[in-house]
Amino acid sequence: MSHFEVINPGVLSLIQDAGRFGQSPLGLTNGGPLDAGSANWANALVGNSANASLLECSIGGLQLQAHCTATFAVTGASVTVTVNGQPKALWQSHHVHSGDIIELGMASLGLRAYLAVAGGFNITPQFGSSATVMREGIGGLHQNGAKLQAGDKLPLTSGTTLPARQLPVAIQPNFDFSKGLSLRLIEGYQHQMFSAVQRQRFYLNSYTITPKADRMGVKLSGPAISCSSQSLLSEGISYGAVQIPPDGQPIVLLNDRQTLGGYPKIGSVLSLDCWQLAQAPAGTVLQFVKTDPQQAHNALLLAQARFQRQLANM
Amino acid sequence: MNTSKPLYSLTVASENAVMVYFEQKMAADIAGLVQQAGPLIRHALGPHLLELLPSYASIMVVFNPFSTDHFAVKQWLQQALSALTAGSSKPGRRVELPVYYSEQSGPDLALIAKTKQLSVAEVIKLHQQQLYRVYAIGFAPGFAYLGEVAEKLTMPRLKTPRARVPRGAVAIADRQTAVYPAVSPGGWNLIGLCPTPMFQPQQHPAMPVAVGDEVQFVAISKAEFLALGGEL
Repeated sequence: MSHFEVINPGVLSLIQDAGRFGQSPLGLTNGGPLDAGSANWANALVGNSANASLLECSIGGLQLQAHCTATFAVTGASVTVTVNGQPKALWQSHHVHSGDIIELGMASLGLRAYLAVAGGFNITPQFGSSATVMREGIGGLHQNGAKLQAGDKLPLTSGTTLPARQLPVAIQPNFDFSKGLSLRLIEGYQHQMFSAVQRQRFYLNSYTITPKADRMGVKLSGPAISCSSQSLLSEGISYGAVQIPPDGQPIVLLNDRQTLGGYPKIGSVLSLDCWQLAQAPAGTVLQFVKTDPQQAHNALLLAQARFQRQLANM
Repeated sequence: MNTSKPLYSLTVASENAVMVYFEQKMAADIAGLVQQAGPLIRHALGPHLLELLPSYASIMVVFNPFSTDHFAVKQWLQQALSALTAGSSKPGRRVELPVYYSEQSGPDLALIAKTKQLSVAEVIKLHQQQLYRVYAIGFAPGFAYLGEVAEKLTMPRLKTPRARVPRGAVAIADRQTAVYPAVSPGGWNLIGLCPTPMFQPQQHPAMPVAVGDEVQFVAISKAEFLALGGEL
């Protein structure tokens, strides 16, 4: 059977596809790649659709052995990629043969790298998706939410090779966050329960990414924001929602967030900006910038059009 | 014309989500509106709907931003929700969940009894007396929020959550009760153990209850609990 064997899973490697949707009646969250832009490009570089199963490798250290010919690409965080010790470029597809060893080094800029293979990894979906959600024990190779382990055999849908593709350097995302981030926020939910003064404080000040950051969400630290109401009935939490718990320190909720929660929310970060929270290290400074639903909608359509134009030019 | 208060309001949640808010209280009539609204919204949005998250007194409607926008979704919601009728609250199925109540299986029974100046037997009786409604499912897979617990049993969450609550733990917090579907940290007061699995990802259906169902807790003995597959 065509497969890649995991020699070393690295720090944290997970199987992901575009995510698990429509399962909220069971309390299941969405999962999916923390940096959807990089994941989409990894799949696109090997001719896959955006929902093909790929690997999300956090921090680095992943080592795989090919047991078939295949075309693969690595995108996302700056990691060294080698095949049998020979350096290979990121954002570009490469061929491997049976016995070849693919190795990802540790990330120097950014935190999450994506490895896709032509045809995708052939993972049995659970509740409609292969996305691994460790907290729920759902998805992944064994449909139990487990991260990759040494010895895992990752089946490939097809051991085919494709002509090499490359994303031009000029449009590769920048993973140097040392100058800080700007996150567009769509006001919503309980934003009217935050006074004008509290809202100004929220927009005018900088917040810092704390080490309390994972696939569920990212805790920030900065000037505390207070809300006029602390007791809410639990309600649906959207991707990118900015929750303000009683300590006033915002938490931005990401892919593996709990489906329902009862803390006040000031709004939601635009999905196009959320990837930076999962790629930027603790200590990165950021600022929220207010946007509205119309601008957000335009930004989404523009980003989609750009992606498709670039794909067509490849 | 109807001049009473509107039954709901719409609020933006994110770039592709709208909140439908009903009167913010835990009550059967509000839960009835949430339940009525679900199918109306599904029908109105059709393929544009990505996700629907009902809760106690709200529904989050997540739509495909590449096929529609907030403006259209709000219009569809207003049209669809004009069919809502107040006051009607049709509960779903009635589901019996067995519970082995004891100080062994419910380490907080004694504390509740002492705090509420009741006997342990009275606490157990009061918990079973109520027919609970499944108000929401979420937080974790298979976690069903049930209400309302009798006023006399209202207990705040523990000051320090337990690092490990066993699978099947029956617990109360404020006016809510629930069965923990899996081992997890938790801050609710534990009063017993339920042998019925609350979430079985390999089974269909994966859960014994759905939002809108009614739950009746029934006391069982230790022997019955073990015979039903419970583990102590």
